[in-house]
Amino acid sequence: MFDDLTDAERKALAQCRHAVLGTERPLRLDCGVDLGPYRVAYQTYGTLNAARSNAVLVCHPLTCDQFVAERHPVTGKEGWWESLVGPGKVLDPAHYFIICVNVLGHCMGSTGPQARNPATGQTWNLGFPVVTIADMVRAQAALLDHLGIPDLFCVIGGSMGGMQVLEWAATFPDRVFSAVPIACAAHHSAQNIAFHEVGRQAIMADPDWKGGDYRAHDTLPARGLSVARMTAHITYLSEQALQRKFGRSLQNRDVLGFSFDADFQVESYLRHQGSTFVARFDANSYLYITRAMDYFDLAGAHGGVLANAFKGTATRFCLVSFTSDWLFPTRESREIVHALNAAAANVSFVEVASDKGHDAFLLDEPEMFRTLQGFLKGAAAVRGLVGVS
Amino acid sequence: MNAAIRVDLQLIADMVEPATRALDVGCGDGALLAYLVDFKRVDARGMELSQAGVNACVANGLSVIQGDADADLRDYPDDAFDYVILSQTLQATREPREVLSQMLRVGKRAIVSFPNFAHWQVRLRLVFGGRMPETASLPYKWYDTPNIHLCSIDDFRALCRDMGVKVERAIVLNSKSRPIHMPPLLANLFGEQAVFLLRRA
Repeated sequence: MFDDLTDAERKALAQCRHAVLGTERPLRLDCGVDLGPYRVAYQTYGTLNAARSNAVLVCHPLTCDQFVAERHPVTGKEGWWESLVGPGKVLDPAHYFIICVNVLGHCMGSTGPQARNPATGQTWNLGFPVVTIADMVRAQAALLDHLGIPDLFCVIGGSMGGMQVLEWAATFPDRVFSAVPIACAAHHSAQNIAFHEVGRQAIMADPDWKGGDYRAHDTLPARGLSVARMTAHITYLSEQALQRKFGRSLQNRDVLGFSFDADFQVESYLRHQGSTFVARFDANSYLYITRAMDYFDLAGAHGGVLANAFKGTATRFCLVSFTSDWLFPTRESREIVHALNAAAANVSFVEVASDKGHDAFLLDEPEMFRTLQGFLKGAAAVRGLVGVS
Repeated sequence: MNAAIRVDLQLIADMVEPATRALDVGCGDGALLAYLVDFKRVDARGMELSQAGVNACVANGLSVIQGDADADLRDYPDDAFDYVILSQTLQATREPREVLSQMLRVGKRAIVSFPNFAHWQVRLRLVFGGRMPETASLPYKWYDTPNIHLCSIDDFRALCRDMGVKVERAIVLNSKSRPIHMPPLLANLFGEQAVFLLRRA
């Protein structure tokens, strides 16, 4: 099963755990396809306690992966949520058994379009079934079954990770003691879909994309994927943050170049974001994962009434949004809060003042840390977890 | 755990049966919520207008959302709580009557505390001072007060009668926050604030 791996996947799987699932019972995807066997790559920190009551599932956003709190095997950069996860941090491996699963369709070791279709022996590419947030969550639940973990003390994640948290709470309420969806929404808005579509079109317009079959042609749609990343990256930042960081400052020059080089620092920055992304992310995976987010509509899946998704839930919720996040604005978190109120759920909701835009959830935001620390402490007390302070 | 809370909050807490469900509307820094959780095993939730208050509550492990009594009680289903509490906030709502009726829809019982606008100090200041009253329980200038619907204890009783709401208990406090036991006419004169336990008739 390892002969179809990309270099990045090989490095990833050497540094994390994985399980091959769906051999006996395939995973029924929302699109109707039965997927199996499939591989899930995951990383863990800390130890599962004897009562198996301290498991925390961290759900990663679109372009992050299972390497939450350690140096990344491909990029060499520090873990994407080391501000939150690690010794002495809010999610301390000394107290919790922390799991992060590379989502289905992704490119860091879990089965996705770059994997081999067991039926044909060929790389899936665009033949890979379109997966949804619910499919990702079902694959994670199958992994928990495999690991013998009955339920989770907490499911936490931001952005697409937050969508998974909501899906977890709606689909497996009995397995989710507490849920922390951060900077997310119960559905992707028209604007969200529009930005993703620009990114996908950029990839597909790259002649090196080859209809998704670039590996066989030994090409890489680097320019397309890079533009996709540049577009998306703008949506992760606030106007204010961009202005503060770059303004109209010029890059390595004192006067305008009267050319189309990267005159401005902001151009240079975006180009750098684009080119480094290409080295770690698969273009087809980008199509699939953005699609999964576009398809997410939790109310739509529950008769058009979001509150129905949470009917009778005993899960404790804590939502966090950021004032300057225009990709997933506070208004959308508030919609979820209203639905949870209508379901008489136990919910806390904090809007954090920050000018850092959507990316704030990945950054040093003391108010968010205080919120999560307090919420988890309260939940741990009710759960009877000892040692959590 | 802090066992010492403000006297009027203590009176409210004493009205709440242990191990019930309660919503504190306008929960401030969460002092009452924390007391209900820690000492009465209440499944207590809060709603607070100020974001700073909400954040402080959640950081203390309390279940609190940002919201206001006028707009956000409507989201909750019927009978979601045993008690809905509104402490020193009714007079600051846009539609007190509607808020009260929402409280008694969402909760089986409602607990309301408010400053008495017919307290003798208030009367004196207005009648003889000729100025808008400023007292310990009404510490604002006329132009910056959040209190847009002040009432007296008798006004509130009249509203309850009007709405067909049953008063199960009413405690009137003097300016030293001590309960006083007087006939209604005197209570309306010497009471600085009041705490009512209500239920649907």
